[in-house]
Amino acid sequence: MAMNNQGRPTGIGSAGVAANGSSLLPNEPLLFEIGDADHSGVDLPDVEIDGSFLGGFARKSALDLPGLTEPEAVRHYVRLSRLNYSIDSGMYPLGSCTMKHNPRLNEKMARLPGFADIHPLQPVSTVSGALSLMDQLGHWLLTLTNMEAVALSPKAGAHGEMCGMMAIRAAQQAAGQGHRNIVLVPESAHGTNPATAAFLGYQVKPVPARADGTVDVNAVKAALSPEVAAIMLTNPNTCGLFEPEIIEIAAAVHEAGAYFYCDGANFNAIMGVVRPGDLGIDAMHINLHKTFSTPHGGGGPGAGPVVLSKALAPFAPVPFVRKGQGGLALVEHAEGGHLGRITAFHGQMGMYVRALTYMLSHGADGLAQAAKDAVLNANYVKARLQAVFSVPFDGQPCMHEALFDDSFLKDTGVSTLDFAKAMIDEGYHPMTMYFPLVVHGAMLIEPTESESKATLDAFCDVMLDLATDAKAGNAARFTSAPTRAPRRRLDETRAARSPILTYTPREDLPQAAE
Amino acid sequence: MTKFTKDHEYIKTDGTVGITQYAQEQLGDIVFVELPAIGKTLKQGDEAAVVESVKAASEIYAPASGTVVAVNEALSGEPGLINTDPDGAGWIFKLALDDAGELDGLMDADAYARIAV
Amino acid sequence: MRYLPHSAAERAEMLAVIGASSAEALFAGVPEGALLTEPVELPFHQPEYVVEAQMKRLASLNHAAGDGPFFIGAGAYRHHVPASVDHLIQRSEWLTAYTPYQPEVSQGTLQMLFEFQTQVAHLTGMDVANASMYDGSTGTAEAVLMARRVTKRNRIVLAGGLHPHYRDVVRTYLGDGPDLVKLAADPTGDDLGLEEIDGNTAAIVVQTPDVFGRLQDIKAAADAAHQKGALLIVVVTEIISLGLIEAPGALGADIVVCEGQSLGNALNFGGPYVGLFATRKDLVRQMPGRLCGETVDADGRRGFVLTLSTREQHIRREKATSNICTNAGLCALAFSIHLSLLGEAGLKRLARLNHLKAVKLSRMLGTVPGVEVLNTSFFNELTIRLPVPAAPLVDLLARAEILAGVPVSRLDPGKPELENLVILAATELTSDADIEMLASSLHAALEGDA
Repeated sequence: MAMNNQGRPTGIGSAGVAANGSSLLPNEPLLFEIGDADHSGVDLPDVEIDGSFLGGFARKSALDLPGLTEPEAVRHYVRLSRLNYSIDSGMYPLGSCTMKHNPRLNEKMARLPGFADIHPLQPVSTVSGALSLMDQLGHWLLTLTNMEAVALSPKAGAHGEMCGMMAIRAAQQAAGQGHRNIVLVPESAHGTNPATAAFLGYQVKPVPARADGTVDVNAVKAALSPEVAAIMLTNPNTCGLFEPEIIEIAAAVHEAGAYFYCDGANFNAIMGVVRPGDLGIDAMHINLHKTFSTPHGGGGPGAGPVVLSKALAPFAPVPFVRKGQGGLALVEHAEGGHLGRITAFHGQMGMYVRALTYMLSHGADGLAQAAKDAVLNANYVKARLQAVFSVPFDGQPCMHEALFDDSFLKDTGVSTLDFAKAMIDEGYHPMTMYFPLVVHGAMLIEPTESESKATLDAFCDVMLDLATDAKAGNAARFTSAPTRAPRRRLDETRAARSPILTYTPREDLPQAAE
Repeated sequence: MTKFTKDHEYIKTDGTVGITQYAQEQLGDIVFVELPAIGKTLKQGDEAAVVESVKAASEIYAPASGTVVAVNEALSGEPGLINTDPDGAGWIFKLALDDAGELDGLMDADAYARIAV
Repeated sequence: MRYLPHSAAERAEMLAVIGASSAEALFAGVPEGALLTEPVELPFHQPEYVVEAQMKRLASLNHAAGDGPFFIGAGAYRHHVPASVDHLIQRSEWLTAYTPYQPEVSQGTLQMLFEFQTQVAHLTGMDVANASMYDGSTGTAEAVLMARRVTKRNRIVLAGGLHPHYRDVVRTYLGDGPDLVKLAADPTGDDLGLEEIDGNTAAIVVQTPDVFGRLQDIKAAADAAHQKGALLIVVVTEIISLGLIEAPGALGADIVVCEGQSLGNALNFGGPYVGLFATRKDLVRQMPGRLCGETVDADGRRGFVLTLSTREQHIRREKATSNICTNAGLCALAFSIHLSLLGEAGLKRLARLNHLKAVKLSRMLGTVPGVEVLNTSFFNELTIRLPVPAAPLVDLLARAEILAGVPVSRLDPGKPELENLVILAATELTSDADIEMLASSLHAALEGDA
């Protein structure tokens, strides 16, 4: 493609015409190729300033920020959006991600000026509704989990893990147990668990999984010692199974003077049905963007409140809302053992509004039904697929996600990755692949409660057809897939070997291949 | 004679260390190599370097104790050399061995061939 | 239940296919007694209109920033967000997409992130930027940790003008100790702390405009840091300032962390916001967070992927470079759209307009007897000293529906020298009438006080 010296295409470029000739799959140029420094979609008065208050620091360096008028911007971002898969356009069977429907009432409520247009540092007397909302959200989370206290401010799941583990560390330091420096993490754990433990300076000690995909209380007992600070366990676990010995594990952990951190990423399977506090858990983060339907937004924002047991409650980070005689108060500065801030303000208020709206919509009965439907859907998918797919752990029904391994693809020349990419050509987002690590070529399918039986049947039909075709030796359908997506497989090696992370105008644009 | 570790490193009698053909196949395209500093002293089994593929980062352990006397700077610009020529141009670093006798405890090519499957 | 598609008959049919006797039978793995037989003690499901009414009632108990004169900043700013921004980010394909791990069906998000990274790099004057952090404060803590990895040194110096909440976040992440040097705030003196930089120092963290609104000498800070082999981390909480104030990258910053809320994102009582994180090219592998990079597909067409992900937690596990996984994708999109709509010309106009409003605010406050404007430099925010403690006065004005700024004692309590100070911001949404009303109310309140 020819370029002018601003790096914009000069001829009738590729805009709007994809390589396969379909104008419904736009090949959208970059903002830096279509924008112009003089274009603007915002009308503002052009005021003069004298610069006497700028301390001599006025900007001299270039900005190089192209602008778009409103029609140009709307078209650019609408066309780009159409290159994305989304929950609204189809089933998103990503295990461990809980891609459920995002109700639009949540969005509408989050945009009420009384929530969206309030500042975190307004006088407390002007935000009593916000404090009440935080208090109510906390009440729902505590009632659903039977825990003592909640730290709302963590910004996402990994941040919640960090917060919970910091509370554990603070509690142990306060009790003269600060020497404890080992955290037990089962092999099936989310990668964020060992990352969080190591981030806080703990040594990570793996606990092996049992042949049935669950954690053996005896393996935990064998690993416990006076140096162990905590165990980080996911329940239901990443193999989609409820840990049957979890109560015994909690008892053993407590007996050894350690704490039990639970990764709550899979809480959707049990909300309103099982209360983690009844299992002996000391801290658990809850991903509002998974369990409580706040949108994933292409990778955030999330929200990861942490519920805490009585032992850990005094170590929750500030700020938090406290019920007092005069109503609700906002505690902003650490006192006693409380941790300091883990983020500047009160956390993800916009997500709190959405999550509480979702909770009020479902109610106690609806949340339990949603968990049961999520489990029903996963078991239905498992039942329909297991004649052809291989199920590594079949000792108990699965929870909200069904795990398969790649043994059914043995000798077909088709890998788990190839299979997933072929799903794209059939109109589905791939399932989670190669996770958990304890299973070879793992395929983890989480349909969520949002999918109807008809959708699940159509999905299962496609999955069975693909599996049958793979076994019949039609490897090319898989190894060349996808062919019907906006892009074919991308060269990740090239991207990582010589990273191009920002736009720079170049003559040798790879698009020349068109 | 070249010797091998269970972690799929090789070490030549002159102290040159790299990863095996089998290891590079398992890792796939190498995209980045973190080299040790020249002069660094390592004990057998210490973490010496990191090789990264698109999906994984793997530590390279010192097959024997010694001092790093050379590193393969060519890998900074062309990490793929590990894929194309792991025991030649894709070498990673070179050790001045503390005790050549340590190599006796490592596998020979035949023994390694039995685990690299 | 409007969000659950199954009928009772369908549930029964599915259980039959599974071969389970009941929904409860699927919870066979749950230990005896732990499975609830009754719903938890919370209200039952409700129609949309009932929920809406409940939420609206809660919202009505808050005084929205747009309800009256409003001068609060200190890390979050009220700006106008064009209607098209919110419309676009609510498109299904943006709102309800997952993290773009499957690049073939995520090119929209990926290309947007590539554009976002480029915009952030240009704004900050740095080589590279990541695909966003949770917010500016956590980004600052991550920058400090990155500086320790890069320099293999431990000591961190926080300038006195760093937002106290950011300082607290850094302290929570790092733990208190002799390696964390926090300069006491001195809004009329030199509290940068350049003299604290020594041969063990990994980085100095300088905010500009700082929490008091002052513009800091970044070049001097960079020179002082580099002389000792330390890094300079520059924090910017008001991103609009970069349309008028020199880019930190042009002055020698090694890492620039910004709160990006001002573009595209509402105040939201503190979140979700979007952290910007930019650095030099040679430090990119030590950078936290996700990165999007350009490549080609099997047909040779340009495309984008998440790259260098071996630094990240889900792969590197205990060797990851940071504590961030899910980031702020949709907020980054809003930021990017707003900045595209502004463009260079629009951003400069917006920045000048903000500054002009602050100049007016400063002049008007200077006419109120007893009020002293402390700043000799500012962008759109400044600090005043009152003859009386600030917090009660701010509360008093709030009762008259004037949100007059942030008492410094709320951010940094227990310091008598800061007790009479208020930080006030003005933006394009601040009218001259708002400023006049603030000044006259302040005047009246102080007279009443005296």
